Amino acid sequence: MECNSSTCPSGCYKDSDSGVGQERQSASENGRCDLDLYANSHVCIKCKVNETIAATHPAVASGGGDGSRFCADCFRGNLFGKFRFAVTSNAMISPSDNVLIAFSGGSSSRVALQFVHEMQHKAQKNLEASRDKYLPVFGVGVAYIDESANFTVPSHDFDRAMDEMKLIVSNLAPPVKQFYIVPIERIYSSDTGAGRHRLMELMDAVPDVTGKEDLLEHLRMLSLQKIAVDNGYTKLVLGTCTSRIACHVLEATVKGEGYSLAADIQYVDARWKIPVVLPLRDCISQELNMLCSLDSLKMVETFQQPRCGINGLISSFVKLLQEENPSRESTIVRTAGKLKPFSFNKILEDDDCNVHSASQRRQKKYNLKPSESLPPESFCSICHSPLKNSDTTSSNSIGNDEASVGIFAETCSSCQYQILPREPSSLESFHSLLPQQMIYLAKNSSFYKHESLRDQIQDCLLSDSEDGT
Amino acid sequence: MAAAAKPKNGRLCSICNDRRAALKRPKTLEQICRECFYAVFEDEIHKVIVENQIFKPGERIAIGASGGKDSTVLAYVLSELNRRHNYGLDLFLLSVDEGITGYRDDSLETVKRNEIQYGLPLKVVSYKELYGWTMDEIVKLIGLKNNCTFCGVFRRQALDRGAALLKVDKLVTGHNADDIAETVLLNILRGDIARLSRCTSITTGEDGPIPRCKPFKYTYEKEIVIYPFSIYSPNAYRGFVREFIKDLERIRPRAILDIIKSGEDFRISASTKMPEQGNCERCGYISSQKWCKACVLLEGLNRGLPKLGIGRSRVLSNEPNKDTKQTNGTKNMQSKQCGTLDF
Repeated sequence: MECNSSTCPSGCYKDSDSGVGQERQSASENGRCDLDLYANSHVCIKCKVNETIAATHPAVASGGGDGSRFCADCFRGNLFGKFRFAVTSNAMISPSDNVLIAFSGGSSSRVALQFVHEMQHKAQKNLEASRDKYLPVFGVGVAYIDESANFTVPSHDFDRAMDEMKLIVSNLAPPVKQFYIVPIERIYSSDTGAGRHRLMELMDAVPDVTGKEDLLEHLRMLSLQKIAVDNGYTKLVLGTCTSRIACHVLEATVKGEGYSLAADIQYVDARWKIPVVLPLRDCISQELNMLCSLDSLKMVETFQQPRCGINGLISSFVKLLQEENPSRESTIVRTAGKLKPFSFNKILEDDDCNVHSASQRRQKKYNLKPSESLPPESFCSICHSPLKNSDTTSSNSIGNDEASVGIFAETCSSCQYQILPREPSSLESFHSLLPQQMIYLAKNSSFYKHESLRDQIQDCLLSDSEDGT
Repeated sequence: MAAAAKPKNGRLCSICNDRRAALKRPKTLEQICRECFYAVFEDEIHKVIVENQIFKPGERIAIGASGGKDSTVLAYVLSELNRRHNYGLDLFLLSVDEGITGYRDDSLETVKRNEIQYGLPLKVVSYKELYGWTMDEIVKLIGLKNNCTFCGVFRRQALDRGAALLKVDKLVTGHNADDIAETVLLNILRGDIARLSRCTSITTGEDGPIPRCKPFKYTYEKEIVIYPFSIYSPNAYRGFVREFIKDLERIRPRAILDIIKSGEDFRISASTKMPEQGNCERCGYISSQKWCKACVLLEGLNRGLPKLGIGRSRVLSNEPNKDTKQTNGTKNMQSKQCGTLDF
C-alpha cells in the first residue's frame, strides 16, 4: 500500500513534521505520534511498503506498540540491529572468543541464543566464501542451570523440558553447539545428593526471603562462571533485557545498593573471571516476546519459583508502571545509565587493535571515561558488588555492626542484612556452608585489581619498538 | 539472676527495661515505652542536626509551617531541642496563604495555635500580596486542570520570598524519610538525573536565595504521626509510588532508609548538567531561564493565556513571548505583577 503524502487520507507519519504534528507531539512523552494515527494506516512506517504486523499477524501484535508501526521484517531488523550495535560497539564478541550463552528457556535468552547463532552462522558462511580463511569464527556453547533442587519436580516433566531444550540447541546448527545442563548444587561437588543437601542447609540458614532469592542468583552466576572456566569459554552472554534491568534498578535502590548499582547494568561486566556481556540490554521484554511469537522461536517453561518478597513486589510495581506508560522501563534504565560505571565495565583487552578502537569510539561517544574512576578497593564476599570505602554505620542505619568484623569483614550492608544470619554466633557456621568457589573468589578478587592497574598505566608504558633498540 | 517483678502480660520496654512496652517502633520494630519513644525520636533528630551541621548558633531560622502534622511536630521538636541543647537559634514560623477558600483556614488556625503554644513568632505570606492572584482567582480563570503547576511553583517561591522578608538565614521544612524516598524513586522513573543527585541532600539551595534544610530526612512518617500521639489514620491515596513505599515498608521497614542511602550513594558525576543559575529579568528571583517560572505563569494569567508555561512545550521555556508576536521583555503589564524583591 504505497502512501503518497499529498493524497494520503490516513494522516500517516509524513504529516507529523509539519505544525499539525506539534500538538500530537506534546501529547505523548517521547514525541511519538498518537497510536490513533496508525489505527487506519496498515503500512510500516519504516519501509512504507509492507503491511504492519498488526495486519499480517494480528494474533502476534499485542494491541498497539511496535506491532502497529512496523512490518515483520523491519521489526526484526530493528531488534537485531540493536543487538548487533551492542555487540560491536562494546567489543563483546571477537573472532577468537568462545562464547557461552546462559539459556533459561524464557523469551529473552531464547532471542539471545537466536541472534548469537545467526551472527555465528553468518561469520561461518563468510569464512567459507572468503579466500584467506585467516579469521576464525567464534565458538558458541549453551548452558542451563537447573535450580529445581529447592523444590520437587515430577521427573518426567523435567525430562521433557530438558529434551525440548536440547532440541532447540541442536536445531541451531551448523555450527554445532555444546549444551551443558548443570544442577546448581554442582557448585559444591559433583555428587548431586551431597551437593543438594549442602545447598538446602545454606538456604535454611538465610533469614530473609528476598535474601534467599538473591543468594540463589549469586550462586547461579558462580555456576555459569564455573562452566565457562572449566570448558574454555572466554565470554558469558546473558539475555538480560531492559525490563529486567529496570526491575534490578529499583531492587538495588530499595536494598540500599545505590553505590554498586552502576556495576550491574552496563553492557559489559568484567569483574568476573569470564567477562559477562548483555547484548539485549536495549530491548524491552515486550518486543522480545513479540519476536518469539512472530518467528515461532520455541521457549521452554522451566521450573522457577515466582519471585516473592521485595523482588516480587517490584516486579508487579514495574509491570503496573509499564502498563500505564510503555516507555517507563526504558526511562528507568536510561536514568540509571547516567550513573558512573566502574572501571571493570568495559572489556580489558588491548591486544586486538580493532577491539580497542571500537570500544574507544563508543566510550568517547557516550562520555565514559573509566580511567577517571579508580578501581574499587574491594568486593562483597557474597554478591561480589564493589564496596564503598566508607561503608561505616551511622546513627541512621540499622545494620548488624558485628558482621562487619571478622570473617565477613568485606560484605555489603545489603548482604549483611538479608543474607547473613542475624546472630553473630551463627556466622562461623554459616561461613562453612558457603561453596568453596565463593570463598576463593572473595579472597582472590585482587586478580582483577592487577589487570585494571595495568590498564591505568598503559599510557605510560613504552612498547618495545618505541625506544628504537 | 532474680528478675524484677515483671508484668505477667506484656513485655518490658527494650530500651529502659523498666516500663511496660506501649508500642512497636515503626523504624526498628523495637517494643518500647512511650517515654523512651519520645526520647529516642528527639535524640535521633538532634544527632542528625549535629552530625550534618545544619545550623550555626545565632542563625535566624524560618520553619515552613503548613499546619499539617509534619510542620507542627517540626515546630515543636525544633523549639524543644533549641532550648534543651542550646542551639542558640532564632526560630520563626512561616506560613503561606494560597487564597483557597476553606482550605487553609483550618491549617492557618493550627499554625496560629502553634505560635501561641510554642511561643514562636508567626509570619503569613499570601499569594495575593506576593503575586496579585489568589488560587481561587487562578482556578476561576484556568479551571481545575493545571492549577497544581501554579500552586507548586508559587508555593515554592512564596516560602523563599517570605523568608527573605523575614531576613532569615535558613528555611526548614518537614519533609520526612517517606517523602525523600518517594522523590528518589520518582526521579528514577521520570529520568531526572540532575534532581536525583540533589534530592537526598539534607540541605539544598545553598547557592540560592535561602538554603532549605530537612531535619526529618531520616524520620519515618509513621513516627511523626505517633509522636503527638494522635491516632494513625490511613492516608488518602497519594499516588502509586507512595502506595509502593507503603507496601515495601510492610515487608521490610528499613527499606525506606535504604532508598535514601542508595540516593546518597548513587555515583552521579559532578559535571551532570546543573542548570545555569541566573536571575529572572522580571523580578530578580533565581532562575535558569530568562524569566522565572512564576513570572512565566503570571504572564499567562495576565494575558489570558493560561496555558503558557504549562506542560513540556520546549518552545516556551526559552522565549516567553514566542506565542504572541509582541516584542520581547517589555514590561507593559497593565494588571498584576509579581513583586520585585532584592535578593
